[in-house]
Amino acid sequence: MNVFNLFRIAWRALLRNKMRAFLTMLGIIIGVGSVITMVAIGQGSKQSIRDQLSTMGSNMITIRPSSNVTVGGGARLGSTALQTLTLPDADVIKKQSQYITEISPAVTASGQAINAAQNWPTSMQGVSPGYLNIRQWKLKSGTNFTDEDVKTANKVCLIGQTIVENIFGAGEDPVGKYIRFKKIPFKVIGVLEEKGENAFGQDQDDIIMAPYTTVQKRLLAIPYVQTIYASAIDEQSSALATAEITSILRKQHKLKDSDQDDFTVRTQAELISTISSTSELLTVLLAAIAGISLLVGGIGIMNIMYVSVKERTKEIGLRMSIGARGIDILLQFLIEAIFISITGGVIGVVLGVVASNVITLLLSWPTLVSESSIILSFLVCAFTGVFFGYYPARNASKLDPIEALRYE
Amino acid sequence: MATTILDIKNLKREFKMGSETVRALKGISFHIEAGEFVTIMGSSGSGKTTLLNILGCLDKPSDGEFLLDNVNIGKLSRNDLARLRNQKIGFVFQAYNLLPRTSALENVELPLLYNKEIGARERHKRAIESLEAVKLADRLDHLPNQLSGGQQQRVAIARALVNQPVMILADEATGNLDTRTSYEIISLMQELNQQQGKTIVFVTHEPDIASFSSRTITLKDGRIVKDVKNEKVRSAQEALAALPVQDDY
Ligand SMILES: Nc1ncnc2c1ncn2[C@@H]1O[C@H](COP(=O)(O)OP(=O)(O)OP(=O)(O)O)[C@@H](O)[C@H]1O
Ligand SMILES: [Mg+2]
Repeated sequence: MNVFNLFRIAWRALLRNKMRAFLTMLGIIIGVGSVITMVAIGQGSKQSIRDQLSTMGSNMITIRPSSNVTVGGGARLGSTALQTLTLPDADVIKKQSQYITEISPAVTASGQAINAAQNWPTSMQGVSPGYLNIRQWKLKSGTNFTDEDVKTANKVCLIGQTIVENIFGAGEDPVGKYIRFKKIPFKVIGVLEEKGENAFGQDQDDIIMAPYTTVQKRLLAIPYVQTIYASAIDEQSSALATAEITSILRKQHKLKDSDQDDFTVRTQAELISTISSTSELLTVLLAAIAGISLLVGGIGIMNIMYVSVKERTKEIGLRMSIGARGIDILLQFLIEAIFISITGGVIGVVLGVVASNVITLLLSWPTLVSESSIILSFLVCAFTGVFFGYYPARNASKLDPIEALRYE
Repeated sequence: MATTILDIKNLKREFKMGSETVRALKGISFHIEAGEFVTIMGSSGSGKTTLLNILGCLDKPSDGEFLLDNVNIGKLSRNDLARLRNQKIGFVFQAYNLLPRTSALENVELPLLYNKEIGARERHKRAIESLEAVKLADRLDHLPNQLSGGQQQRVAIARALVNQPVMILADEATGNLDTRTSYEIISLMQELNQQQGKTIVFVTHEPDIASFSSRTITLKDGRIVKDVKNEKVRSAQEALAALPVQDDY
């Protein structure tokens, strides 16, 4: 049997039943289209969360105090009330750790920032000069403060874009100006580059940075620090850095083996994977729903093929009587099924890609059409055609020519 | 001396229906020479269709021997039988059995699609020639439901001819047609028989039709009761001419 002829036979048979072929295809089109779109939505949101998280500095390590003793009733104290992290902790880590490049103690004070008649409620973060490197943040204009400023608790600050917009007039250069924060005048020595929102929707540009000593002594009057930020050599070594910092701090805090840590060490990588695993779950869920519709499409093919074998029994008998072998009949029906599912698959892929783009355009949801989802749904399609087409096709090929001809 | 194209010896066919056995053919022997025009007659249920299906390799005998062109059919596989049906036999049915929603040309091309030795151009050419032979050259693109019964049967005959078979088998091919159309079909058969030397086996109920053949085999209850050579073969062409003019009622 000439394979080309088989395709011709199957093609002609499909043409004779255009409507039926199209309706069968519709199941596959919707199935594949929704798989592609759903996965694109899932992947898109995952990607955008990832992008946003990495703007926070992907090597960043955050050390916060935590309580290792439960007070009466089992309640633990919140981290802001804890005073277990100190400046010497940061110094020791800086001296002993091999896996970190920068370290910065951090304290935060909130208050009104005032310039002339304009004011804006915000917070001031007291950090060391290395903090900008940890956050992978650059200055738009001006200069960073120095270790000397830290030593003298100098009243200098860097301000974020949101602050500039809210308390400075258009076209006004803030560098060199004085602003007041909690009634204390600070000299603006630099403006931070715009960073946008972080993964939690917080405006990262709504910030004022000053030497940590300044915030500790002049604003809060506290000796301890609230957070210590550090930066690992690279993303891979952040796990090693975490372990190292933990052991350094345990020694520093003189904890016994039986004691729990009185601090927590978090890496940005951890945060990324926690959040992406949530969106991974979302992707899987969406894909599962869409997969079910693909399955229904497949069963549609089987149903149509099954009915069509019954309905076309006479045709099968005739074909056999003029010389079609069982295998010719089998292949004809199989090719019809595969053709329907592949064509439906192609249309479905196109539709899915278009739908994903339309969703991004109209709803501005991020979508990401991945090649793997296209290839996968395409393979599933071809498989569906073979799988659901085979059984009815095999039945057709086993028919007895005379009985098939007699069939009414 | 003509060659024997079909030789059957003590052919039997039984159908098992639960505990009962229907013996449709109870031992039939005859042979047919190339170029004969044989009609098979007999009352309803006498086994004509059963016999023809076996001759057409659509069915296998329960017992007995069947040689087609010196090949023993009993020993062939399903696929071999399919090839024989495709290349040596042209079957014409009472119910035409054309593919619906398929043009006359494509219907006639169908057997050639199952013959891998024939390319697209050859297939097209032969299908047109076949349709010309049954005088339907002007109906190539018509669908079956746009053709009369007689025309549909002629398409079916063209389809039977297209693979250039050695033998044409027809099962009550004129059963659904009026006298004039039946004569036209028979005239076509005579032409194929006399001009192209095709062997024809034609099952019919009507003695009238049998008079156009060169030999008539009569079955009764699964046995041959009569097998006669027809000395004076009527010409269907002449019979057609002798018919009263068409719209006489
Ligand atoms: N598939 C079958 N199963 C059981 N019995 C069958 C089958 N086919 C034919 N028979 C029986 O075999 C006998 C011969 O049937 P067959 O169809 O050959 O008759 P026929 O001569 O062609 O009759 P008709 O002129 O009515 O077409 C009948 O008794 C019929 O019931
Ligand atoms: Mg019959």
